[in-house]
Amino acid sequence: METAPASSWRRQNASYNLVGNKCEKCGAVYFPSRIICKNCGRESKLREHKLSGDGEVYSYTKITAPSDTFKDDAPYTIGMIKTAEGPFIEGHVVDNGKDVKIGAKVRTVLRRMYADGEEGLIHYHYKFELI
Amino acid sequence: MAGIVGYGAYVPMYRIKVEEIARIWHESADQIKNGLGVKEKSVPGRDEDAATIAAEAARRAVFYAGIDSQEIGAVYVGSESHPYAVKPTAATVAQAIGAGPNMTAADLEFACKAGTAAVQMVMGMVDSGMIKYGMAIGADTSQGKPGDALEYTASAGGAAFIIGKKDTIADIIATTSYTTDTPDFWRREGIGFPSHGGRFTGEHAYFKHTIGATKQMLEKTGMKPGDFDYAVFHQPNGKFPTNVAEMLGFKPEQIKQGLITPTIGNTYSGASMIGLAAVLDEAKPGNKILVTSFGSGAGSDSFVLDVKDGIDHKRHKARKVWEMIANKMYIDYAIYLKTRGTIKLK
Repeated sequence: METAPASSWRRQNASYNLVGNKCEKCGAVYFPSRIICKNCGRESKLREHKLSGDGEVYSYTKITAPSDTFKDDAPYTIGMIKTAEGPFIEGHVVDNGKDVKIGAKVRTVLRRMYADGEEGLIHYHYKFELI
Repeated sequence: MAGIVGYGAYVPMYRIKVEEIARIWHESADQIKNGLGVKEKSVPGRDEDAATIAAEAARRAVFYAGIDSQEIGAVYVGSESHPYAVKPTAATVAQAIGAGPNMTAADLEFACKAGTAAVQMVMGMVDSGMIKYGMAIGADTSQGKPGDALEYTASAGGAAFIIGKKDTIADIIATTSYTTDTPDFWRREGIGFPSHGGRFTGEHAYFKHTIGATKQMLEKTGMKPGDFDYAVFHQPNGKFPTNVAEMLGFKPEQIKQGLITPTIGNTYSGASMIGLAAVLDEAKPGNKILVTSFGSGAGSDSFVLDVKDGIDHKRHKARKVWEMIANKMYIDYAIYLKTRGTIKLK
């Protein structure tokens, strides 16, 4: 799979640093960013908001039959992470020898997600590490 | 005077033992362990490279320093394993710590000493008033050709240092360098593994330059080996730094805390910087530290640091190097080849 350079570049704040947004009116935090707050509608006041990267495993699954992009990485774990700020984020859970369990604490790390072949771009992205 | 405001180190958790590599090549593990003074080395995960290692170390340094990353005016990353030939690792790292866009950044290469060259560059920029804080990083995922002696030591890791004038934990009171054109180790553009001059990497390369920069430093500062609480020398293996310390008149207890290569291998640009991070993890105010790096090709940078009171206030924020080293997971040679991308699937 090849990703257009501008496509991953546009998502860089989110994919490197978990930057979503927060409604200053009601306090709701969103990741990825929303254009309108679910609670406040046209009254919403959304501002960029960086998530801490801390959270816990809400659910997970082990991928043994991956897409072509990740075929060299299988088996790997995808987790549904409940972040400290509230939003649920899906992401890779890196193998650090610890058992993935529901409720396990995680933090984010920056890793290579995939590369566009030998000559193309390397795409970096957050992943989750069990603490 | 410029000094260290914060630091962070990162060592991947995978390890391969000398015994496991020696098993493949029918070599004597004991002979290699005695000859090189290394018992195992760190291996990066499949999704780790010099940029991710540098970014993790940099994030830890920013957390330790407790500064606003927008105040960082320069980011330099020293490595001999930058993920791209053209596209700066430093820009990726800066983005990952929330620095920029109003700052300068560049990648450096000088074998194992590019990270300490970066320290000197940001020191100059801080002392001249050009920037408030600068970040210098040494990070590598070094490669050793299968079956070559380097395969036992070439490992992965990195460290980041934030240099500034305010709230320092250690002031850098002097720096010296010693550089000549010496063909002891090289890798041509586009070639996967480095080549080296075997025994030529010793006397005329590592020892000549490490001793040259350190002696120059002792003359410049009027200090003697006995004046230092700690000394860190570049450590391509466990033997060279031990021998150079003895040749210069330093005692084994002065280099012990910063001697990490026997347990994680040679992290190249990261080596002397992770060694310094390990020393700062336990150094006390008033301690004096000598650091001399070495990079093939060849050159050495030497530094004298004076540890300040501020270190006690920030110490709790450090992810300790020796704790990181103890947190490990062993892999076998087949997984090692797959992890390093040596097995080509197409």
